[in-house]
Amino acid sequence: MAMLEVKNLGISFGGLRAVNGFDIKIEKGELYGLIGPNGAGKTTVFNLLTGVYKPDTGSVVLDGTEITGKSTIEISKAGIARTFQNIRLFKDMSVLDNVKAGLHNKHEYSFLAGIFHTPSYQKVEKQMNEQAMELLRVFELEEEADTLASNLPYGKQRKLEIARAMATEPKLLLLDEPAAGMNPNETQALMDMIRFVRDHFNMTVLLIEHDMRLVSGICEELTVLNFGEVLAQGKTSDVLHNPQVITAYLGE
Amino acid sequence: MGKKLNKTAKSNAVTYGMVVAAWAVMMVLQSQGMVSNSISGLLVPVCIYSIMAVSLNLTVGILGDLSLGHAGFMCVGAFASALFTNLTVEAIPATWLRFTLAILVGAAVAAVFGFLIAIPVLRLSGDYLAIVTLAFGEIIKNFLNILYVGKDSHGLHVSIKDSMSLGMEPDGVVIIKGPQGITGTSRDATFTIGIILLLIALFIVLRLIQSRDGRAIKAIRDNRIAAESIGIHITKYKLMAFTISAAIAGMGGALYAHNYSSLAATSAKFGYNMSIMFLVYVVLGGIGNIRGSVIAATILYILPEMLRSMQKYRMLIYAIVLIAVMLFSWSPAAQQFRERYSLKRLFKKNTEKEDA
Repeated sequence: MAMLEVKNLGISFGGLRAVNGFDIKIEKGELYGLIGPNGAGKTTVFNLLTGVYKPDTGSVVLDGTEITGKSTIEISKAGIARTFQNIRLFKDMSVLDNVKAGLHNKHEYSFLAGIFHTPSYQKVEKQMNEQAMELLRVFELEEEADTLASNLPYGKQRKLEIARAMATEPKLLLLDEPAAGMNPNETQALMDMIRFVRDHFNMTVLLIEHDMRLVSGICEELTVLNFGEVLAQGKTSDVLHNPQVITAYLGE
Repeated sequence: MGKKLNKTAKSNAVTYGMVVAAWAVMMVLQSQGMVSNSISGLLVPVCIYSIMAVSLNLTVGILGDLSLGHAGFMCVGAFASALFTNLTVEAIPATWLRFTLAILVGAAVAAVFGFLIAIPVLRLSGDYLAIVTLAFGEIIKNFLNILYVGKDSHGLHVSIKDSMSLGMEPDGVVIIKGPQGITGTSRDATFTIGIILLLIALFIVLRLIQSRDGRAIKAIRDNRIAAESIGIHITKYKLMAFTISAAIAGMGGALYAHNYSSLAATSAKFGYNMSIMFLVYVVLGGIGNIRGSVIAATILYILPEMLRSMQKYRMLIYAIVLIAVMLFSWSPAAQQFRERYSLKRLFKKNTEKEDA
């Protein structure tokens, strides 16, 4: 069974059909790319998948569970995590607390336990610290655990955002232009990291990207979106040589 | 990581220690008879306004929502607790028990109002939120100005017209008398109780910040969309922060009501000027800095009182001090100065020397 199966997804904003008849099928452990010109509706697809917008038509099935039209919180609990085009970290919190916030729904203790520091608080906080530090180690951020998120250099902020998303223990990770604003060296490191995340956590990844080097380098399958509709879909090499895709997006 | 937890614990201990030390110094001075009447009259209000600043900092600094109606919550807490005390003054002769219950009643009623105001507020942010909370504070104050409550053998009577329309038996007593408010409340508040309440407020807020709930609240402040994307329930945590903040403000109100023999919902005491005063304490102490709130509230409350002898000029001096602090506290030169002469650094130097 596919990890994510989307059928006939669509949404209109007023008279504008932003996404129409969008189908996608992503297998478990796949690295999948979503590309297309600016304004094609890529981020809108992400927002539909994560419950920020409610679709007018279509269905979204994650790992056999129907999640169409559910709230952002329910979808996060069901197992979709995402990062954002313009990094959205908790700026005035430490790197460690950013990841611990990501662990929010994985651990629980009562409000009063938190006020009186009961044994259950101690135990759960210890677990959260260990798990968060483990993630920071994986993403090579453990040195910066106490740093404020806003004081991290750009590349590490991107990493932290992915670490925070991974803290929710998702089944599917959505990355919205992870390489935006990165130089070629940073992009190379990012490609290695995305591959590592996939292998290490056996993660399914769907990413939006404009950097064709990254897309052709790591994505196994691609969907090209143009004016809210699927233009081409399939194996990366096939899609990138599709004449329609070259005209609409890549250029001669 | 462990180091960081220790750091927070240490910083919190300094905050509690500072409050306890202030209490101890005042107690010693008082026992020596070195505290004038005018100063000892300031002690409880300093506690009240510190509690208010801590409480408002939870909404403004930790949740990140600008609330301008905090005097309203204080007012609700004050009236609820004073009403409770006046109703039970015979039934519960033990002062400590009655006052404790009155504080709890004040906090609980204010919490209910905090919860209710939070529901519409959840849809708003920024200036719009400030306007709604401002209006809420004014509505509460004005409503209490037309509220009459009396008690006779049949129980409680409530009217929003005048004391005659309460329709009570001749031996009935009017407790809340509209614009005159509540008079003759037992003056149970002491500096020690004020300090204890301040410590409780600090304890709740500082511990909340460190907890899972506190992290969720701060996450919402820093980035609402990201917080939602990792599954944090925005509504729940906004309600939680608002309610706790209002409850603490209600506690401050209860202390207020039992510090003076008469309590009236006047503009000077519970109007928007007061709410903005609390905001000034929070901003000057540092948004999100709980210890700073206590220090700022203390200094800014005592300063104008100290300047009372200068009559005409005191508000002028007060304003100049405010502006000067705002301008200079974050100037690079002032930051360098703090860096160079900070206690932490001095201590560190000493220990380093010892190590060598």
